[in-house]
Amino acid sequence: MKLSGAAIIIQTLIEQGVDTVFGYPGGAVLNIYDELYKAQDKIRHYITCHEQGATHAADGYARVSGKCGVVIATSGPGATNLVTGIANAYLDSTPLVAITGNVALSLIGRDSFQEVDITGITMPITKHNYMVKDVNKLADIVREALEIAASGRPGPVLIDVPKDIQQAQTEFKPGEKVIPKRQSRLRGADFDKVVETIDKSSKPFIYVGGGAVIADATSELQEFADLIDATVGSSMMGITAMPAGHPKFLGMTGMHGKYASSMAMAKSDLIIAVGARFSDRATGNKKEFSNGKKIIHIDIDPAEINKNIPVYASLVGDVKEILRRLISAVSKCDRSAWHDEIDQIKRSPDSRLEMGKGRLNPQTVIETIRKYTSDDDVIVTDVGQHQMWTSQYYSFKKPRTFVTSGGLGAMGFGFGAAMGSCIGRGGKKTVLITSDGSFHMNMNELATAVTYNLPIMVVILNNSVLGMVRQWQTLFFGKRYSQTTLDRKTDYVKLAQAFGARGIKVEKIEELEPAIRQAYEAESPIVIEAVIDRDEKVLPMIPPGGTIKDIIVKA
Amino acid sequence: MKVERFIISMLVNNEAGVLTRISGLFARRGFNIDSLSVGETERKEISRITITATGDDYIKEQIVKQLEKLHDVIIVKVMEPRHTIARELILIKLNVPQGKRSVIMEAVNIFRAKVVDLTPDSLSVEITGDTSKCDAFIEYLKPFGISELCRTGITAMERGSELLYGELDEEPAAGGELEDLG
Repeated sequence: MKLSGAAIIIQTLIEQGVDTVFGYPGGAVLNIYDELYKAQDKIRHYITCHEQGATHAADGYARVSGKCGVVIATSGPGATNLVTGIANAYLDSTPLVAITGNVALSLIGRDSFQEVDITGITMPITKHNYMVKDVNKLADIVREALEIAASGRPGPVLIDVPKDIQQAQTEFKPGEKVIPKRQSRLRGADFDKVVETIDKSSKPFIYVGGGAVIADATSELQEFADLIDATVGSSMMGITAMPAGHPKFLGMTGMHGKYASSMAMAKSDLIIAVGARFSDRATGNKKEFSNGKKIIHIDIDPAEINKNIPVYASLVGDVKEILRRLISAVSKCDRSAWHDEIDQIKRSPDSRLEMGKGRLNPQTVIETIRKYTSDDDVIVTDVGQHQMWTSQYYSFKKPRTFVTSGGLGAMGFGFGAAMGSCIGRGGKKTVLITSDGSFHMNMNELATAVTYNLPIMVVILNNSVLGMVRQWQTLFFGKRYSQTTLDRKTDYVKLAQAFGARGIKVEKIEELEPAIRQAYEAESPIVIEAVIDRDEKVLPMIPPGGTIKDIIVKA
Repeated sequence: MKVERFIISMLVNNEAGVLTRISGLFARRGFNIDSLSVGETERKEISRITITATGDDYIKEQIVKQLEKLHDVIIVKVMEPRHTIARELILIKLNVPQGKRSVIMEAVNIFRAKVVDLTPDSLSVEITGDTSKCDAFIEYLKPFGISELCRTGITAMERGSELLYGELDEEPAAGGELEDLG
């Protein structure tokens, strides 16, 4: 069967089980969009307002569904608008395939209209990328891209397809569905050392990251934690790896982690990192991090071992498989003395930082949202204080229900990601918790949410400032609030209406619950603006590069 | 940790942009390249790259692991100095008038270098060898006035019958299979 390059792209995506793509048409992808038009019964395309929103949507879609996200954009500005989204997927290890058009091969390198070297630009933020120069290789490149994106530690792959390659005809041979590899290379000696170290530990602390969620290893993790009687803390990306309220789970650790979780990490004699990468936000001062303790690192990416923290022992491979093996090898152990020590910490006032009931504040907003949402609902955030408050106060119960920009920390991630999450969950209710700063970055996507009638409930914590930066200015820059006082006059209710959505403004505590109830029941996009004080802080806080001794619990 | 210079040999797919991927990786991870040489191997779809870099064990480990993650990199190996043949080629131009060249010719013979170009007022010499020999030759010639010098960077190969390809057989098990424990 002879097909054009553009048809081969779409047919290969369909062959590989892709039924949802996000994107934005343009001159250099007209052929691809023509094929999408013809295949619209097999593959659904969502057009966003901006290509950035489309990449974040593909990212959110991938995170909640575990499938590969696919995004399509035209050459030049279309391609450059993907860059933040690709970098975000790279840092949070999301499987994503970005397909860009480019000018015809004969025009490449001549600064032609809407030409950029997108493979050059995205080289440092993709697992791999391709500039297709031969239409005969196109189908295999699409298959290989999907395989690379989902194999090992997942991440983004970009395919740049010049216009003449999209138009060229060649024989298309249907292929098999590719199976991502999650390879392990365990050595017996390392495994024995890990087992022995765990058995000898009296204060083990499991530090779990997003890798455990990606590997679908959450039940193994709980079983393992119960078996060795360890305390568990997580990075932000790993929060949903353990259900909130689990007796061994202390919550997020690190810069804005829970007090008891950070304390337990510091007081442990063994840290077992599971699918985590020792980000500076999680470790603080790297030199003092390992003092008096041993570190075991379990991860699928060998390059993470010893990268940020030197380790005592490591196991490289699929976290789920390794945990299974460890469960059958380690000794069941009662470490009640260790738990007693942590219980003491949990009882200390520093462990119960409450913002105060009966007052409209971030904690009451997030806890009220939790009251109405179910355990399966996906919560998406943007970046900043609201993201930390969500991490701290929303009790996540199930894996893949928290979608947030962890590694890149990209403000503006939320709206696109919320749309992708909603679509990835078959159009179920999705909550976006955001702030006035982040919301303004990509609020254009409200139009997209309205177009597709996605039941997204947007909760804007409006403090009229860039809260997280302001907090740093308060604590470390002598309250010189340089460019962080926004005081924008945006009327969010009217704005929502203008886009075709509904809006509710909440200024008093008694208005909160009715607004959230109404928004949660809504079957279309709805925006709640919750007005909060500009000096609410994210606490506790371990200052950058600090240790547990530097923890700030009172502002 | 001890900082030292080391040689990394790798086999890569002979495709456009591979060198950029590798040099870009060094730049963004903050590793320095002291020298780099690249060329096709006996299989034309595969190129061999030799990089010399300086750093401690941490840098060495990170360079290898990060390179191994690149899709186009087939194999990476830190060469063991005592079991490695390392050579580079240097071209040196000297502006030495006729009649003053006999001392230079003597050095050329002793170092087993070769005169490759001769004009009334210049002399170009080629030398191949390991870094210490080449450096010694350059030092010796300096007083005569080196007007231009260029070097290829080190290329290296293991002594004996061992092949870099041979390492490929030790690839980890694929498809989620764990290697046998014990």
